[in-house]
Amino acid sequence: MKEYQTITEISGPLVYAEVDEAIGYDEIVEIETAQGETLRGQVLESSEDVVAIQVFEGTSGIDRDASVRFLGETMKMPVTEDLLGRVLDGSGRPIDDGPEIVPEERQDIVGAAINPYSREYPEEFIETGVSAIDGMNTLVRGQKLPIFSSSGQPHSELAMQIARQASVPEEEEGGDDEEGSEFAVIFGAMGITQEEANEFMEDFERTGALERSVVFMNLADDPAVERTVTPRMVLTTAEYLAFEKDYHVLVILTDMTNYCEALREIGAAREEVPGRRGYPGYMYTDLAQLYERAGRIKGREGSVTQIPILTMPGDDDTHPIPDLTGYITEGQIYVDPDLNSQGLQPPINVLPSLSRLMDDGIGEGLTRADHADVKDQMFAAYAEGEDLRDLVNIVGREALSELDNKYLDFADAFESEFIDQGFETNRDIDETLSIGWDLLSMLPKDALNRIDEEFIEEHYREDDSERKVVEAAD
Amino acid sequence: MSKADTTDAVEDSGVIQSVSGPVVTARDLNARMNDVVYVGDEGLMGEVIEIEGDLTTVQVYEETSGVGPGEPVENTGEPLSVDLGPGMLDAIYDGVQRPLDVLEGKMGSPYLDRGVDAPGIDLEEEWEFEPEVEAGDVVEPGDIVGVVEETVTIDHKVMVPPDYEGGEVVAAESGSFDVTETVVELDNGEEVSMHQEWPVREARPANDKKTPRTPLVSGQRILDGLFPIAKGGTAAIPGPFGSGKTVTQHQLAKYADADIIVYVGCGERGNEMTEVIEDFPELEDPANGNPLMARTSLIANTSNMPVAARESCIYTGITIAEYYRDMGYDVALMADSTSRWAEAMREISSRLEEMPGEEGYPAYLAARLAQFYERAGYFENINGTEGSVSAIGAVSPPGGDFSEPVTQNTLRIVKTFWALDADLAERRHFPSINWNESYSLYKDQLDPWFEDEVADDWAERRQWAVDVLDEETELQEIVQLVGKDALPDDQQLTLEVARYLREAYLQQNAFHPVDTFCPPEKTYLMLTTIQTFNDEAFDALDAGVPVEEIIDIESAPRINRIGVQEDYEEYVEDLKSEITEELRSLY
Repeated sequence: MKEYQTITEISGPLVYAEVDEAIGYDEIVEIETAQGETLRGQVLESSEDVVAIQVFEGTSGIDRDASVRFLGETMKMPVTEDLLGRVLDGSGRPIDDGPEIVPEERQDIVGAAINPYSREYPEEFIETGVSAIDGMNTLVRGQKLPIFSSSGQPHSELAMQIARQASVPEEEEGGDDEEGSEFAVIFGAMGITQEEANEFMEDFERTGALERSVVFMNLADDPAVERTVTPRMVLTTAEYLAFEKDYHVLVILTDMTNYCEALREIGAAREEVPGRRGYPGYMYTDLAQLYERAGRIKGREGSVTQIPILTMPGDDDTHPIPDLTGYITEGQIYVDPDLNSQGLQPPINVLPSLSRLMDDGIGEGLTRADHADVKDQMFAAYAEGEDLRDLVNIVGREALSELDNKYLDFADAFESEFIDQGFETNRDIDETLSIGWDLLSMLPKDALNRIDEEFIEEHYREDDSERKVVEAAD
Repeated sequence: MSKADTTDAVEDSGVIQSVSGPVVTARDLNARMNDVVYVGDEGLMGEVIEIEGDLTTVQVYEETSGVGPGEPVENTGEPLSVDLGPGMLDAIYDGVQRPLDVLEGKMGSPYLDRGVDAPGIDLEEEWEFEPEVEAGDVVEPGDIVGVVEETVTIDHKVMVPPDYEGGEVVAAESGSFDVTETVVELDNGEEVSMHQEWPVREARPANDKKTPRTPLVSGQRILDGLFPIAKGGTAAIPGPFGSGKTVTQHQLAKYADADIIVYVGCGERGNEMTEVIEDFPELEDPANGNPLMARTSLIANTSNMPVAARESCIYTGITIAEYYRDMGYDVALMADSTSRWAEAMREISSRLEEMPGEEGYPAYLAARLAQFYERAGYFENINGTEGSVSAIGAVSPPGGDFSEPVTQNTLRIVKTFWALDADLAERRHFPSINWNESYSLYKDQLDPWFEDEVADDWAERRQWAVDVLDEETELQEIVQLVGKDALPDDQQLTLEVARYLREAYLQQNAFHPVDTFCPPEKTYLMLTTIQTFNDEAFDALDAGVPVEEIIDIESAPRINRIGVQEDYEEYVEDLKSEITEELRSLY
């Protein structure tokens, strides 16, 4: 392995060095500074005599005498089942003082695209225990469903609640469970603060979730460039556990906004032509290469489900980060500042939220036969109630018809009974739907135009005494 | 050995000079623009996109990690072409027409490996060829010389390639052949096989482009009823994420009455393509009950697959579509999404450091979009048959803002515009096509067809519905200020009628087994039912019946259930008379 002392330019996170051999694109580089510190980087551009290197730890301390070594391979993640229960830094090195990790395999972190022909369509319900998700925007195995939030919102609490409660209702037929796949959580933190990180860690330890988890921590004061590697490390580990070790892996990535900022930083340092708001033009492709690593594969037991979290700058979902994300992911969950200030836990606004894979993951045999209809009707009724709220502010309740007043009451009850369950409550799907019926029964039967008559017959509460679940739940 | 010696480089091979993502420059490569080259030791497929002195820039259709300077680049001397012949239906390709099922087998892994190539059609499979010419017949380029049953639905017509000279048939035999074998021999020595190649960036020739006058019936009420597209027409479906572009495209692919569907998943989600791959073989073609895949060719270049192949997948799709058009078929091409295609152009363009146009898109964006949509149309083919290619492109504008370049440049070309609306989607009004913003410029030329085939008053009824919906939009503005009850009775009634139009007629449940496909007759009957309610209700109002009583009649809500009725004719008849009776009993 040749060593060069030929650095010609250092700019932001980039180092340019002259070489006299062929260096592969994406290859890993080690740079040793005069102080003896070893930094790692990756080849961003390779031509015959000059290569551009992106240094993960940042370029401070590098001078033109630093020596550059090309390792002749692209970035790899050492993977093994023993990673479960471990805490690693953003580049995949253990930071929990545990034993050394003996890898079973070393896998390329870039990850090849899954052949669409080899995928299996995700349609198995994941019960998160959160009504706003299970009932209205159901998550299924192999889906990528981001949480769109903004600064100061309790998205971390929501993510923790999901990580804690998520379960796959397997057909409970005796010994099947032994062979069935286990659930694992991989948590990838990118640029979050130490305090946030502590909260996650405490929650993981408190609930004993750590032993079925792998944690990757790139904190706010860790090098920004490392953030571009962290999610790839996370997903490589996830794919290994899912498709080679049969785990159902839930990947939580927070915060994607920090990841995109890092991309922008590198783009700017390379003097690339910027796209919208200064983000690189290839951000869609880059994000897709992360998000598309969720899924299921024919003939493999496991699955990779992703819940990326992103904080929308200015709570604006037309910002390039949420916008491009929304075009790639299969829906989104909106955390709403207004609902949060009303004290709803979790403050999920179901109206703009969406799960694209829901329709195939619910219904008879999956959740319940009436699920789809109930969901549609609740969406329509809540939207109606929301609209009327604006009107009520102008004309007052008295000016509205009886039915309109019922819609208003429905909207209020929907928020207080259905959405506001608290971060500690775990509701199964029957309970969620049952509350749904309690609420829908506030409306007259013939207003339920989206529900099959048969289901109305079966579930509609003719009088209040049948509405026991709400009382019981309170 | 990766270090090729540059001095003895042969004419059609060069060496890599630099690598940056999908863009590779090569030195000493003797190539023409758009030639296909194989890059590096692994032979990754690429295309020449720029030549400057002895430097050739190549966009590579595969991941370039680990590729370095000094590795060889081989020129094939051919432009990017597709293999045309039987076997394209019921197939699934990536953006450069490599069959994904074959790749899975060859790579032995669910991941897409690099440097593996496979022909677009199986070269070994044998087909039963039935000639339609005999020795002594004179054939010209494009003429049909025989037929192969490609799938249960589609007879594949074997044609003389357009770039042949044509001549007298010397021999034509029926029997089992693979696609490379000669099936018809001409006196000038030309041999016709079932296999043709065609460069994707070049439109296949046709005699004449005609005005399309037949609708592409989609079974979607709002499309057929209000904003129809013609066979050979163009349409754009722009909408923010979550507004139902893909579901609309899927519905069209499932139920449109085209002979052939080419579905291009361009830079979209992997799971969506999987859904198509899993669903379509099980779904029935509404026209004949055969599996839908028997008329479908899929091109899947998902968002994480190489960006250069995303740029080419649209061309691959439309070339396949044109080939079936040449056989005299009506082909519908769905491209989901053209924005991803435009972004691929932008990405390549910025790697080339070209001067950017609007929002970083290359200055030639408008020209490329226009070229693509111009390849659609109702054509008289060079063999005298008539066929059509309808192009329906989804557009994904950033932030749902239709003023961005891709949407705007598309709107300048297409004649049908189905605007998806996030507000409607949010209240789960699907398909969430905004009836105020959408338009179809084919309406007038298609009305005669609907009047002949469905009902004489098709156009009138549609206009009535449009008027009511327009009036509703105006009234809603007032309602927002003063509330519904402050409106006069007749306006309240109009709102009620409009509500039925919206909820029963415009909404359609794609996931309901019956409602998902609505034949034009049913679309028409549903509209007449609502109009019956309208007419009778206003009569009642004139007779002095209070508007609340009219609105509260028991039979009217059943209008909402027409969509899910299989025997809708009887249901509609009963319902109409019940509504009439009930309303007349009030006065």
